Amino acid sequence: MVVYSLYILNKAAGLIYQRDFNEGLRKLSSNDYLVLSGTFHAVHAIASRISPVPSSSGIEVLETETFRLQCFQTLTGTKFLLISEPRQQGSDAILRRIYELYADYVIKNPFYQIEMPVRCDLFDRHLGAYIKSL
Amino acid sequence: MAVRTPRQIGEDVWKTRIEKVNAELVTLTYGSVVAQLCKDFTNDYIQVNEQLDKMGYNIGIRLIEDILARTNSERCRSFKDTAEMISKVGFKIFLNITPAILNWSQDNKQFSLIFDDNPLSDFVELPDDGKAINELWYSNILCGVLRGALEMVQLQVEAKFVSDVLRGDDTTEMRVTLIRVLEDEMPVGDE
Repeated sequence: MVVYSLYILNKAAGLIYQRDFNEGLRKLSSNDYLVLSGTFHAVHAIASRISPVPSSSGIEVLETETFRLQCFQTLTGTKFLLISEPRQQGSDAILRRIYELYADYVIKNPFYQIEMPVRCDLFDRHLGAYIKSL
Repeated sequence: MAVRTPRQIGEDVWKTRIEKVNAELVTLTYGSVVAQLCKDFTNDYIQVNEQLDKMGYNIGIRLIEDILARTNSERCRSFKDTAEMISKVGFKIFLNITPAILNWSQDNKQFSLIFDDNPLSDFVELPDDGKAINELWYSNILCGVLRGALEMVQLQVEAKFVSDVLRGDDTTEMRVTLIRVLEDEMPVGDE
């Protein structure tokens, strides 16, 4: 099981958290990360709109030869994107668990401002421990 | 997998996934907050109601994520479903009460929550200055909580108490009104 990275997007498509879990992954410039998340947000919306069948979800999974991207959107509009190796199983369950950690260690921190970039040490630590345990 | 009713979800989460704290601690903490606000605003209870509502709002916008993350629930299809979730899941997992849902309006946009049991107001008697009993809504924080939590799932509501046993009324009743569904804030790709 290899999870490469996690992105969290707020409901306005802003990137509020990004973290890589493996050494040696290619880094992007901070601007590219923002462009990437903005683009994903848009493509997700387009995917939902061009569906010939009404009320389709946006992109849930995106697969390539070298990675798999799983998207989980909460009812409040936050998106969690998990990038993993192509054959990763159970990405959806992992994202739901990450959502719980986020609810606990980000949202419940009274000094965290909703929708703003996440800088919560407790979240970092619990997330790191969880990903390691997979 | 069978669809679980709000009652089952609430019971289940309450039993297995919630850390409990001493109820008196909650009651006393809340009591001292309200009493301090009364002092700070020199018994201007209208202001106190407002402050409680604001504090509740700030709790609500956070607590909704907790409910969603733990219950894994889907979007409610109607305001009736929302009412069920509020009572059987929301109030259940945070206060272990399930207020009755009554008095639906004709257009299904208004209902009342009747609190037979309200852990916030155990032990409380309102100050007998002749004013509190007419002006203070002691548990007003709950209105803010609902307003904040529902706003985050794109439902703009108004919530207010219309009676309270602390004031000598027969019941404690909160009236919840759906003002509008915030369509343009609805996440895309969410039915």
